[in-house]
Amino acid sequence: MRMELIQPFIGSLDAVLAEMMKEPAKIVDLTMEEEGYRRKGLAASVGFRGQIEGRVILDMDPAAAAHVASYLSGEELSPAESIVPETVCELANMVIGNAVTQLNDRGFQFKVLPPEVLTAEQVEKAGFDSEATILSFETPKGTVHLNISMEYHSRRVRENSTVSVS
Amino acid sequence: MKQFEPLTRKKDNQPVRYLVVDDSVFARKSLAKMVESFGGQIVGEAGDGYTAIAEYARAKPDIVLMDITMPQMEGIEAVERIVRDHPEARIVMVSSVGYQDNILAALQKGARHFVQKPVKPDALYEIIRYVLQDDGVTATVAAEEKTR
Repeated sequence: MRMELIQPFIGSLDAVLAEMMKEPAKIVDLTMEEEGYRRKGLAASVGFRGQIEGRVILDMDPAAAAHVASYLSGEELSPAESIVPETVCELANMVIGNAVTQLNDRGFQFKVLPPEVLTAEQVEKAGFDSEATILSFETPKGTVHLNISMEYHSRRVRENSTVSVS
Repeated sequence: MKQFEPLTRKKDNQPVRYLVVDDSVFARKSLAKMVESFGGQIVGEAGDGYTAIAEYARAKPDIVLMDITMPQMEGIEAVERIVRDHPEARIVMVSSVGYQDNILAALQKGARHFVQKPVKPDALYEIIRYVLQDDGVTATVAAEEKTR
Protein backbone atom coordinates (compact mmCIF):
# COMPACT_ATOMS: atom_id res chain seq x y z
CA MET A 1 0.00 0.00 0.00
CA ARG A 2 1.41 3.36 -0.96
CA MET A 3 2.50 5.72 1.79
CA GLU A 4 0.64 8.62 0.16
CA LEU A 5 -2.58 6.76 1.00
CA ILE A 6 -1.57 5.97 4.59
CA GLN A 7 -0.20 9.35 5.61
CA PRO A 8 -3.58 11.15 5.81
CA PHE A 9 -4.86 8.46 8.19
CA ILE A 10 -1.91 8.97 10.53
CA GLY A 11 -2.45 12.73 10.66
CA SER A 12 -6.19 12.35 11.00
CA LEU A 13 -6.06 9.80 13.84
CA ASP A 14 -3.52 11.91 15.68
CA ALA A 15 -5.68 15.05 15.36
CA VAL A 16 -8.95 13.33 16.31
CA LEU A 17 -7.44 11.63 19.36
CA ALA A 18 -5.89 14.89 20.52
CA GLU A 19 -9.22 16.69 20.18
CA MET A 20 -11.47 13.98 21.60
CA MET A 21 -9.27 12.54 24.35
CA LYS A 22 -7.51 15.73 25.40
CA GLU A 23 -4.51 13.48 25.99
CA PRO A 24 -1.28 13.07 24.03
CA ALA A 25 -1.15 10.17 21.58
CA LYS A 26 1.91 8.87 19.78
CA ILE A 27 2.30 6.38 17.00
CA VAL A 28 4.21 3.37 18.30
CA ASP A 29 3.98 0.83 15.51
CA LEU A 30 3.23 0.37 11.83
CA THR A 31 2.89 -3.24 10.70
CA MET A 32 1.42 -5.34 7.93
CA GLU A 33 -1.24 -7.93 8.71
CA GLU A 34 -1.57 -10.70 6.17
CA GLU A 35 -3.61 -13.24 8.08
CA GLY A 36 -6.84 -11.33 8.40
CA TYR A 37 -8.27 -8.99 10.99
CA ARG A 38 -8.52 -10.10 14.62
CA ARG A 39 -10.49 -7.79 16.87
CA LYS A 40 -8.48 -6.52 19.85
CA GLY A 41 -10.91 -4.23 21.71
CA LEU A 42 -13.99 -2.26 20.72
CA ALA A 43 -14.06 -1.77 16.96
CA ALA A 44 -15.93 0.00 14.18
CA SER A 45 -15.50 -0.24 10.43
CA VAL A 46 -15.98 2.33 7.68
CA GLY A 47 -16.00 1.34 4.02
CA PHE A 48 -15.36 3.48 0.95
CA ARG A 49 -16.01 3.08 -2.76
CA GLY A 50 -14.64 4.89 -5.79
CA GLN A 51 -11.19 5.26 -7.29
CA ILE A 52 -9.90 3.71 -4.08
CA GLU A 53 -11.90 0.93 -2.45
CA GLY A 54 -11.59 -0.75 0.90
CA ARG A 55 -12.30 -0.33 4.56
CA VAL A 56 -10.71 1.03 7.69
CA ILE A 57 -11.27 -0.41 11.16
CA LEU A 58 -10.74 1.64 14.31
CA ASP A 59 -10.02 -0.74 17.19
CA MET A 60 -9.65 0.76 20.69
CA ASP A 61 -8.82 -0.54 24.14
CA PRO A 62 -12.19 -0.50 25.95
CA ALA A 63 -10.74 1.78 28.65
CA ALA A 64 -9.66 4.33 26.04
CA ALA A 65 -13.09 4.23 24.39
CA ALA A 66 -14.82 4.63 27.76
CA HIS A 67 -12.55 7.59 28.55
CA VAL A 68 -13.63 9.43 25.38
CA ALA A 69 -17.30 8.60 25.94
CA SER A 70 -17.07 9.77 29.57
CA TYR A 71 -15.29 12.99 28.64
CA LEU A 72 -17.85 13.90 26.01
CA SER A 73 -20.93 12.86 27.91
CA GLY A 74 -19.80 14.48 31.14
CA GLU A 75 -20.46 11.36 33.21
CA GLU A 76 -18.28 8.43 34.21
CA LEU A 77 -19.02 5.49 31.91
CA SER A 78 -17.76 1.92 32.04
CA PRO A 79 -16.69 0.11 28.84
CA ALA A 80 -19.82 -2.06 29.19
CA GLU A 81 -22.19 0.87 28.54
CA SER A 82 -23.90 0.66 25.15
CA ILE A 83 -22.87 4.21 24.24
CA VAL A 84 -19.17 3.24 24.34
CA PRO A 85 -19.09 1.12 21.13
CA GLU A 86 -21.18 3.86 19.55
CA THR A 87 -18.42 6.29 20.50
CA VAL A 88 -15.85 4.16 18.69
CA CYS A 89 -18.12 4.21 15.65
CA GLU A 90 -18.29 7.99 15.62
CA LEU A 91 -14.54 8.34 16.21
CA ALA A 92 -13.96 6.00 13.24
CA ASN A 93 -16.26 8.19 11.19
CA MET A 94 -14.25 11.28 12.12
CA VAL A 95 -10.83 9.72 11.52
CA ILE A 96 -11.76 8.26 8.17
CA GLY A 97 -13.79 11.28 7.10
CA ASN A 98 -10.90 13.64 7.77
CA ALA A 99 -8.41 11.39 5.97
CA VAL A 100 -10.72 10.92 3.01
CA THR A 101 -11.17 14.68 2.81
CA GLN A 102 -7.40 15.08 2.44
CA LEU A 103 -7.21 12.34 -0.18
CA ASN A 104 -10.13 13.79 -2.08
CA ASP A 105 -8.49 17.19 -2.13
CA ARG A 106 -5.48 15.47 -3.72
CA GLY A 107 -7.63 14.22 -6.56
CA PHE A 108 -8.81 10.79 -5.37
CA GLN A 109 -12.56 10.50 -5.79
CA PHE A 110 -14.49 8.18 -3.54
CA LYS A 111 -17.51 7.94 -1.31
CA VAL A 112 -17.56 7.05 2.39
CA LEU A 113 -20.18 4.61 3.70
CA PRO A 114 -21.82 4.90 7.13
CA PRO A 115 -19.73 3.42 9.99
CA GLU A 116 -20.69 0.11 11.61
CA VAL A 117 -19.87 -1.26 15.05
CA LEU A 118 -17.97 -4.54 14.62
CA THR A 119 -19.04 -7.35 16.88
CA ALA A 120 -17.06 -10.59 17.12
CA GLU A 121 -19.79 -12.33 15.09
CA GLN A 122 -19.60 -9.74 12.31
CA VAL A 123 -15.83 -10.11 12.08
CA GLU A 124 -16.26 -13.89 11.81
CA LYS A 125 -19.02 -13.60 9.22
CA ALA A 126 -17.42 -10.87 7.09
CA GLY A 127 -14.04 -12.62 7.09
CA PHE A 128 -11.83 -9.55 6.97
CA ASP A 129 -9.06 -11.51 5.34
CA SER A 130 -7.47 -8.94 3.06
CA GLU A 131 -3.95 -7.68 3.64
CA ALA A 132 -3.94 -4.62 5.86
CA THR A 133 -1.67 -1.96 7.28
CA ILE A 134 -1.97 -1.49 11.03
CA LEU A 135 -1.17 1.80 12.72
CA SER A 136 -0.90 1.59 16.50
CA PHE A 137 -1.17 4.67 18.70
CA GLU A 138 -0.47 4.72 22.41
CA THR A 139 -2.48 6.98 24.69
CA PRO A 140 -2.45 7.27 28.50
CA LYS A 141 -5.76 5.35 28.51
CA GLY A 142 -4.76 2.48 26.22
CA THR A 143 -3.83 1.52 22.69
CA VAL A 144 -5.72 2.54 19.58
CA HIS A 145 -5.27 0.62 16.32
CA LEU A 146 -6.21 1.65 12.82
CA ASN A 147 -6.46 -1.27 10.39
CA ILE A 148 -6.38 -0.03 6.81
CA SER A 149 -7.13 -2.20 3.79
CA MET A 150 -7.59 -0.49 0.45
CA GLU A 151 -6.57 -0.63 -3.16
CA TYR A 152 -6.95 1.28 -6.37
CA HIS A 153 -10.22 0.36 -8.03
CA SER A 154 -8.62 -0.08 -11.48
CA ARG A 155 -6.21 -2.69 -10.10
CA ARG A 156 -9.04 -4.60 -8.45
CA VAL A 157 -11.06 -4.63 -11.67
CA ARG A 158 -8.00 -5.78 -13.63
CA GLU A 159 -7.28 -8.60 -11.17
CA ASN A 160 -10.91 -9.74 -11.24
CA SER A 161 -10.91 -9.78 -15.05
CA THR A 162 -7.73 -11.83 -15.04
CA VAL A 163 -9.31 -14.37 -12.72
CA SER A 164 -12.42 -14.70 -14.86
CA VAL A 165 -10.38 -15.17 -18.09
CA SER A 166 -8.20 -17.88 -16.65
CA MET B 1 -18.10 21.74 29.10
CA LYS B 2 -17.52 25.46 28.64
CA GLN B 3 -20.67 27.57 28.96
CA PHE B 4 -21.30 30.25 26.33
CA GLU B 5 -23.29 33.45 26.46
CA PRO B 6 -26.78 32.18 25.61
CA LEU B 7 -28.01 32.77 22.08
CA THR B 8 -31.65 33.81 21.99
CA ARG B 9 -34.15 34.59 19.26
CA LYS B 10 -34.46 38.31 18.65
CA LYS B 11 -38.19 38.13 17.95
CA ASP B 12 -39.21 36.74 21.35
CA ASN B 13 -35.97 36.40 23.35
CA GLN B 14 -36.62 32.66 23.67
CA PRO B 15 -33.90 29.98 23.37
CA VAL B 16 -32.87 29.02 19.85
CA ARG B 17 -34.57 25.74 18.86
CA TYR B 18 -32.50 23.01 17.19
CA LEU B 19 -33.08 19.84 15.19
CA VAL B 20 -30.08 17.51 15.34
CA VAL B 21 -29.70 14.99 12.51
CA ASP B 22 -27.04 12.29 12.69
CA ASP B 23 -27.17 8.50 12.41
CA SER B 24 -24.84 8.25 15.41
CA VAL B 25 -26.61 8.44 18.79
CA PHE B 26 -23.28 9.45 20.29
CA ALA B 27 -22.87 12.33 17.81
CA ARG B 28 -26.41 13.53 18.51
CA LYS B 29 -25.76 13.48 22.26
CA SER B 30 -22.49 15.30 21.83
CA LEU B 31 -24.07 18.00 19.65
CA ALA B 32 -27.01 18.30 22.02
CA LYS B 33 -24.62 18.97 24.88
CA MET B 34 -22.92 21.70 22.88
CA VAL B 35 -26.24 23.25 21.91
CA GLU B 36 -27.31 23.29 25.55
CA SER B 37 -24.07 25.04 26.46
CA PHE B 38 -25.11 27.75 23.96
CA GLY B 39 -28.43 28.12 25.82
CA GLY B 40 -30.30 26.30 23.03
CA GLN B 41 -33.16 23.84 23.13
CA ILE B 42 -33.33 20.52 21.26
CA VAL B 43 -36.78 20.21 19.72
CA GLY B 44 -36.12 17.14 17.59
CA GLU B 45 -33.64 14.47 16.61
CA ALA B 46 -33.35 12.27 13.54
CA GLY B 47 -31.07 9.46 12.44
CA ASP B 48 -31.64 9.71 8.69
CA GLY B 49 -32.80 12.13 6.01
CA TYR B 50 -36.40 10.91 5.82
CA THR B 51 -36.96 11.37 9.54
CA ALA B 52 -35.23 14.76 9.37
CA ILE B 53 -37.76 16.00 6.79
CA ALA B 54 -40.68 14.86 8.94
CA GLU B 55 -39.13 16.28 12.10
CA TYR B 56 -38.49 19.63 10.44
CA ALA B 57 -42.13 19.90 9.37
CA ARG B 58 -43.28 18.97 12.88
CA ALA B 59 -40.90 21.04 15.01
CA LYS B 60 -40.06 24.02 12.73
CA PRO B 61 -36.64 24.53 14.37
CA ASP B 62 -34.58 27.71 14.08
CA ILE B 63 -31.47 25.71 13.19
CA VAL B 64 -30.84 22.23 11.80
CA LEU B 65 -27.49 20.52 12.41
CA MET B 66 -27.28 17.94 9.62
CA ASP B 67 -24.83 15.08 9.08
CA ILE B 68 -24.07 14.03 5.48
CA THR B 69 -23.30 10.32 5.48
CA MET B 70 -26.41 8.56 6.77
CA PRO B 71 -28.35 5.43 5.83
CA GLN B 72 -31.59 5.56 3.80
CA MET B 73 -31.32 9.20 2.76
CA GLU B 74 -28.14 11.24 3.00
CA GLY B 75 -27.94 14.73 4.43
CA ILE B 76 -27.48 16.63 1.18
CA GLU B 77 -30.67 15.20 -0.31
CA ALA B 78 -32.54 15.94 2.91
CA VAL B 79 -31.32 19.56 2.75
CA GLU B 80 -32.63 19.88 -0.80
CA ARG B 81 -36.06 18.59 0.17
CA ILE B 82 -36.35 20.63 3.36
CA VAL B 83 -35.29 23.87 1.65
CA ARG B 84 -37.63 23.19 -1.27
CA ASP B 85 -40.59 23.06 1.13
CA HIS B 86 -39.25 25.57 3.67
CA PRO B 87 -36.98 28.12 1.95
CA GLU B 88 -36.44 29.87 5.27
CA ALA B 89 -34.75 26.76 6.77
CA ARG B 90 -31.33 27.39 8.27
CA ILE B 91 -29.27 24.26 7.97
CA VAL B 92 -25.67 23.79 9.05
CA MET B 93 -23.92 20.69 7.73
CA VAL B 94 -21.88 18.83 10.35
CA SER B 95 -19.76 16.11 8.80
CA SER B 96 -16.38 14.45 9.07
CA VAL B 97 -16.18 14.39 5.28
CA GLY B 98 -15.28 17.94 4.35
CA TYR B 99 -14.02 17.86 0.79
CA GLN B 100 -14.88 20.64 -1.55
CA ASP B 101 -17.40 18.77 -3.72
CA ASN B 102 -19.45 17.84 -0.67
CA ILE B 103 -19.41 21.35 0.75
CA LEU B 104 -20.32 22.85 -2.58
CA ALA B 105 -23.15 20.38 -3.15
CA ALA B 106 -24.59 21.09 0.32
CA LEU B 107 -24.42 24.86 -0.18
CA GLN B 108 -25.95 24.59 -3.64
CA LYS B 109 -28.88 22.65 -2.19
CA GLY B 110 -29.49 25.37 0.38
CA ALA B 111 -27.33 24.67 3.43
CA ARG B 112 -26.11 27.87 5.09
CA HIS B 113 -22.78 26.68 6.47
CA PHE B 114 -20.51 23.70 6.98
CA VAL B 115 -18.53 22.53 9.99
CA GLN B 116 -16.18 19.56 9.99
CA LYS B 117 -16.08 16.92 12.74
CA PRO B 118 -14.64 16.72 15.31
CA VAL B 119 -16.67 19.80 16.14
CA LYS B 120 -15.04 22.44 18.28
CA PRO B 121 -17.70 24.15 20.44
CA ASP B 122 -16.25 27.64 19.87
CA ALA B 123 -16.35 27.19 16.12
CA LEU B 124 -19.91 25.87 16.11
CA TYR B 125 -21.05 28.71 18.38
CA GLU B 126 -19.67 31.33 16.00
CA ILE B 127 -21.16 29.60 12.98
CA ILE B 128 -24.61 29.41 14.55
CA ARG B 129 -24.41 33.01 15.57
CA TYR B 130 -23.45 33.94 12.03
CA VAL B 131 -26.18 31.83 10.43
CA LEU B 132 -28.86 33.20 12.69
CA GLN B 133 -27.89 36.78 11.91
CA ASP B 134 -27.32 36.00 8.27
CA ASP B 135 -30.80 36.89 7.07
CA GLY B 136 -31.54 39.37 9.79
CA VAL B 137 -34.28 37.22 11.26
CA THR B 138 -33.23 36.21 14.69
CA ALA B 139 -30.64 35.72 17.27
CA THR B 140 -28.27 37.76 19.19
CA VAL B 141 -26.20 37.11 22.25
CA ALA B 142 -28.31 37.80 25.32
CA ALA B 143 -25.45 39.57 27.03
CA GLU B 144 -25.14 42.00 24.14
CA GLU B 145 -28.85 42.77 24.34
CA LYS B 146 -28.51 43.69 27.98
CA THR B 147 -25.77 46.20 27.26
CA ARG B 148 -27.81 48.02 24.61
